[in-house]
Amino acid sequence: MLKFALAGNPNSGKTTLFNGLTGSTAHVGNWPGVTVDKREGVYKKCDEPIALVDLPGIYSLSPYTQEEVIARNYILDEKPDCVINIIDATNLERNLYLTTQIMEIDVPVVLALNMMDAVEKRGDNIDAKELENRLGLPVVKISALKGEGLDKLMSIAYAASKVKREGKTVLEETALKHLVKDLTIALSGQGVENPVFHAVKLAELDDLEVLMHKDAVKMVDAFKKSNLDDTFGGDFEALVADGRYKYITKYFSPTLKRKNKDKFIVTPSDKADKILTHKIWGFPIFLLILFAIFHLTFSENLLFLGALFPEGYVTLQGTAFEGVFGEGGINSPGVTLMNLVGLLTDTISGGISSLLENSAPWVSGLICDGILGGVFAVLGFLPQILVLFLFFSILEDSGYMARIAFILDRALRKFGLSGRAFLPMIMGFGCSVPAMINTRTLADEKEKLATIRVIPFFSCGAKLPILTAVAGTIITKGSLTAGYADVITYSMYLLGMLTAFVSVILMRKTTQKGEIPPFIMELPAYHAPQIRNLIALLWEKAKHFIEKAFTIILASTIIVWVVSHFSFTWTFLDEEQMSNSILAGLSGLIQPIFTPLGFGSQLADYGWVFALAAITGLIAKENVVATLGSLAVGLGFAGIDGLFLATGITIPALLSFIAFNMTTIPCFAAVSAAKGEMSDKKKFNWTLLFWIAVSFIVSSAIYFIGTWWWTCFIYLVVAAIVCVVINLIDKKTIKA
Amino acid sequence: MIKTLDKFAIGESGKVVAVTGERKIKRRLYDMGITNGAEIYLRKRAPLGDPLEVSVRSYELSLRSTEAMLISLEVTHA
Repeated sequence: MLKFALAGNPNSGKTTLFNGLTGSTAHVGNWPGVTVDKREGVYKKCDEPIALVDLPGIYSLSPYTQEEVIARNYILDEKPDCVINIIDATNLERNLYLTTQIMEIDVPVVLALNMMDAVEKRGDNIDAKELENRLGLPVVKISALKGEGLDKLMSIAYAASKVKREGKTVLEETALKHLVKDLTIALSGQGVENPVFHAVKLAELDDLEVLMHKDAVKMVDAFKKSNLDDTFGGDFEALVADGRYKYITKYFSPTLKRKNKDKFIVTPSDKADKILTHKIWGFPIFLLILFAIFHLTFSENLLFLGALFPEGYVTLQGTAFEGVFGEGGINSPGVTLMNLVGLLTDTISGGISSLLENSAPWVSGLICDGILGGVFAVLGFLPQILVLFLFFSILEDSGYMARIAFILDRALRKFGLSGRAFLPMIMGFGCSVPAMINTRTLADEKEKLATIRVIPFFSCGAKLPILTAVAGTIITKGSLTAGYADVITYSMYLLGMLTAFVSVILMRKTTQKGEIPPFIMELPAYHAPQIRNLIALLWEKAKHFIEKAFTIILASTIIVWVVSHFSFTWTFLDEEQMSNSILAGLSGLIQPIFTPLGFGSQLADYGWVFALAAITGLIAKENVVATLGSLAVGLGFAGIDGLFLATGITIPALLSFIAFNMTTIPCFAAVSAAKGEMSDKKKFNWTLLFWIAVSFIVSSAIYFIGTWWWTCFIYLVVAAIVCVVINLIDKKTIKA
Repeated sequence: MIKTLDKFAIGESGKVVAVTGERKIKRRLYDMGITNGAEIYLRKRAPLGDPLEVSVRSYELSLRSTEAMLISLEVTHA
């Protein structure tokens, strides 16, 4: 099968073009060893089927970013039959800069001139025929959005793929002309493939090339000595970039006929930015958009219309859909979808359990509670994860995401992060899974790792029940008024954020030390998001999530179910007897671990329930309250409150229990998401250890300071020592 | 008059005369079209005063003051 690669700048409409060409055949994986998306698909309308590979969006073929190295190595090593270079016509010069590099490779190249409609709307025009002549490459006008010109593009690319093409450079008019020529001759003499490309990169003293062609580097050094250029001081990288842009402005830019001669015109996008990144209004608008997203995903009282409904109003009362759309208000789309999925899964498990009515209790228990219960609990998150994902994809697609980074960069730099890192963190309040996947937008590996590690500290939706349930007990125990529930919940959220920022600062000063990556980022013109792209993206995520739910998560829920429903003598136990289970026994064994946190061995009877709840929380955080609830009933208490009080747990220990669940290893889905985003196993293991360590430090601090207030001085002294030591190490490394 | 981009006032524009700094950052700036002779217009600053938004080669680019410091321009329009 023929193999075509799709290359182009970010925001050039590459994904839209790819989706348009490959349709339903598209599938997504990762490039080997990295978490950069690799999209592949098949185009079937030519004489033979053509495999299309979507290369990462890049501005250049420099050796400095992962994406650029991937694209460059793919074209050089995998030798595609043709490269389709998509160009954003509204931004001709910078897009052609990449073209001048791709055309140095011995591969057929076809230019797809996209977004011509936007150019024409401005009253401008591009002479494609003339551009084609000057470039020496076929140029096809397309509209990826409307699907216009795609078949023409492919038939021209197909024809081009049948003709051999030799690399050509635009550097013939620069001072480096002779050097490049000599290097090309020397390299082709050695039988090197793509001699022109390698010659130019060698002249730039590109890090990757210098390693590959050690002898040829001597020629560059010799040339450098004999031709010291005053303006560039021997910076050949500058000379090459400059040569490319000079050539582009001289020969290619004139093919663009502009109506408005003013260089810096105000586009509709700039007008939108006048408001969206406004000095004063920029922040409030951002917060409002963020609130709207969470409101549409998680609210059970959409637009706060609840007050309009009569007390106790439930939608579709008396039908199967009772309450799906709202109870005492209107549900947000996120909640409605979640209810619908819940209804579906309940119906399925109901049907299956009635089928299994006459089988042994352990069989129906295993299938209904263990397998279905576990998988459905995880699938239950899917609607809200997808809705959240949808909104954040719209932000990304429309170009607003780049503005958020722009607005917040300054504030986040204090924590050693760049503006981009804020979004995944905030997404963590909804669900850690999409948040961790979103860290792909972070270019810097260390920044990405630090961000993934602190995402769970932004307490997600599933952890909220823990907060409310335990806060309720604290109020009962302390004889406080119900008004304190808010305060407790709110301060726990704040504590999570504080933990996140402190750990980021510590990590960025120690193990994840590194320069804050530079912030040289395009602010793409705003445009309406592509429904087709969004659907493709959502489908991809849903598929991935469902696969996980039915593999790793399924396996783990079965194990937990078995150990919580069988005793050591291997007899089956129903819910009421769970205190005799293997899991309960094991919980009793590990209970002492939690003694420094206040909910370990110091507790009276039933103290092991906390250990058990914390363990089941590793599957899904909902399990924490669910387990405690069913245990309370099984052990004969009126609700979780009664069970908690019977253990004799103190208020500081209850707070510590919340903090522990908030900061420890997150749920199974999030752990596997984190693992998927980390390139090596070692980093992942350290991450698990990090979560355990942080949860123990934070919760024990709460317990100790809450119980013996004077221990706060010890903590303060230790914290001060840590600060001083880190600063000393910091200074030392700067000196070295 | 020649000054670095971080010293520009909003609405000012100039022609690039030199780009300095560490190799990696310099290359990134070149790749984004900031080469000698390119015209840059300072459109705005972020609400907290940094980063900057500039127009260059008919697109919008954002960069921090620390990076803008590396770009020297001949002021063409104040």
